[in-house]
Amino acid sequence: MSDRSQTTGSLDEEGGGQEPDALRRKLLKLAGAAVALTLAPGVTVLARDLVVKGSGGHKTPVRYGLLIDANACKSGCESCVRACQDYNGLSHDPGPDNAQWIRKVTIVNPKTGFSRSFPVMCQHCENAACVDVCPTGASFRRPDGIVLVDKHRCIGCRYCLMACPYKARSFVARNVSDQKPWAPRGKGTAEGCTMCVERVEAGKPPACVAACNRAGHKAMVFGNLHDPKSAIALRLSEVATTTIRADLGLGPSVHYRGI
Amino acid sequence: MGESGGRSGTKVAYREIEGQSAGYWVAVIACGLLAAAGVVTALYMRAEGHHVTGMNNQIVWGLPHVLAVFLIVAASGALNVASIASVFGRPLYKPLARLSGLLAVALLIGGLWNLVLDLGRPGHLLAAVLYPNFRSIFAWNIYLYTGFLVIVGFYLWFMMERRLNPHTHAVGVLAFLWRLVLTTGTGSIFGFLAARSAYDSAVLAPLFILTSFAFGLAIFALVLLGGFKVLGRPVGARLLARLKSLLAVFVAAVLYFVAVYHLTNLYMAGHRGVESFTLVTGGIFPVLFWGGQIFIGGVVPLVLLLRPAPRADVGALARTLTAASAAVVAGGLAQIYVIIIGGQSYPLQMFPGLIVKSSFYDGVVHNYVPHWPETVLALSGIAIAALIVLVAVRLLPFLPESLEDHVVSVHGERTATAETAGGQSVAGT
Repeated sequence: MSDRSQTTGSLDEEGGGQEPDALRRKLLKLAGAAVALTLAPGVTVLARDLVVKGSGGHKTPVRYGLLIDANACKSGCESCVRACQDYNGLSHDPGPDNAQWIRKVTIVNPKTGFSRSFPVMCQHCENAACVDVCPTGASFRRPDGIVLVDKHRCIGCRYCLMACPYKARSFVARNVSDQKPWAPRGKGTAEGCTMCVERVEAGKPPACVAACNRAGHKAMVFGNLHDPKSAIALRLSEVATTTIRADLGLGPSVHYRGI
Repeated sequence: MGESGGRSGTKVAYREIEGQSAGYWVAVIACGLLAAAGVVTALYMRAEGHHVTGMNNQIVWGLPHVLAVFLIVAASGALNVASIASVFGRPLYKPLARLSGLLAVALLIGGLWNLVLDLGRPGHLLAAVLYPNFRSIFAWNIYLYTGFLVIVGFYLWFMMERRLNPHTHAVGVLAFLWRLVLTTGTGSIFGFLAARSAYDSAVLAPLFILTSFAFGLAIFALVLLGGFKVLGRPVGARLLARLKSLLAVFVAAVLYFVAVYHLTNLYMAGHRGVESFTLVTGGIFPVLFWGGQIFIGGVVPLVLLLRPAPRADVGALARTLTAASAAVVAGGLAQIYVIIIGGQSYPLQMFPGLIVKSSFYDGVVHNYVPHWPETVLALSGIAIAALIVLVAVRLLPFLPESLEDHVVSVHGERTATAETAGGQSVAGT
């Protein structure tokens, strides 16, 4: 077999014709490699899903989340928003077709006058509507709970923008410049908060959380919701919190206090 | 019953159109140029990004989607005429079945044309085939739409190939069932969106099916009457009277489902905000709803269609049906505009009952003004559908030579009987 392959190779180099069965074998090999290459990423993702098995009643050992304390968040402070824009290479201009991965939302109860201001970003839902509606699976949820967009698969249908109850997805409607290597963007694709996934993987908190801490407000806690000893899990066990539109049953990873 | 209908249908003579007139070529060239303009516009949008359109992160889907959904819904409805003939065995509709199938294919391609060319990355569409996510109704729709094209293609083949005529009933049943699922899928694009107050309703799926009956038949009638008038081919009163009654039933059924949808929402306190927006306070949308959808698309056609008219007056019947169909189409466009654009204009209810403000237009009613790129793109979908019909009727015998009363048979009668009766009898219903 190897002899014949070599023969084929030499024929090739000499520019002569190939034996039909050798050519066929070569084609089959190429086809096999192509199939393997095509399937490999999918198999890897499947395998990862199978490998990550958790303890303590959770399906996964890690689920990253945020706790945002609206009582501590300072009205008018945009540190988290600026940090996200700078870190991820987003525009500071809040134009109607510009991406906003995180924004400060102010709510006012018209009957009581109660008011709070706090950041809203992708809520990294357990049953994410964006993941469900995405026709290509470009919207996906990692085993650690972070919801991302695979730019290679996104066809730009914007169904996720229609489906997300938090308005957390943006569509890239312009040519992008000043991209950061850790936050690739693509014109014509959907995008949203990545929870600064590469910082998280390096053991650092997301840029917004770090900025909030630097500003001295400490209104955002980041951590592993599935680790009962983590700061976020301990805090969640102590204080009353809620999630936005909890009635929809999406299971957000971002929890709020004081709203 | 279906086979009997199928056999009787073969007696009708079909003929390609000459397609030599200046008018024909003007129409073909105009549609071709508009379709080409749509492609160029799509390339421009791809190169510049969607900021050149009126769509943004608030109004995510715009005019191309309004036209796309309208055309796709109408496509499934246009097939109904064929279904009535070969599934429900009404030989009267048999001579219309080929045009019905052709329109279904053309309208669907027109709608998909808009959807695909508006994608942020149309070149990556293959990803939806290679990596389908079957939790997404969009992924299902890709198969439902392509499947529809294939099935209707076979359906047309079986209708046009005499040897295969006996199997028309079977493939007709499949096409009919498929189209019901397809329109359910289209309605569910919106019905499954729990996030938006205007959608999030299972009623949208049956509502879309009923609207498809009305839009499809209206477009079918317009094409049939317009085409036959230009070609100088005759249409008899019997067929017109039947189409007129059928359209009235469909329009009334749409109004019923619209009423159910809005009454349900009005009854639920949580949905009253969006209802008051659509029906009263929402600027252009109440105008389009009451003036366009309800009055022009519902009341006007019903009055026209149900008004007693002398059955023998073919000209009057044709004018009534044309006017009513045009009103249904205009009202239908208003309806889809209100559903798609109005549904997005109303702000997301992240904190129901509270005033919400942010730099990302939270809590704000969103305005949408279509810009020229998406307008050209939207119209190019209609152009490609028209182009397909124009070319197809010239190449293949889709259109009957005559639809006079003595040619079309009525239910229970064989064509031969109808032919010998000389078309003097009046259709039973």
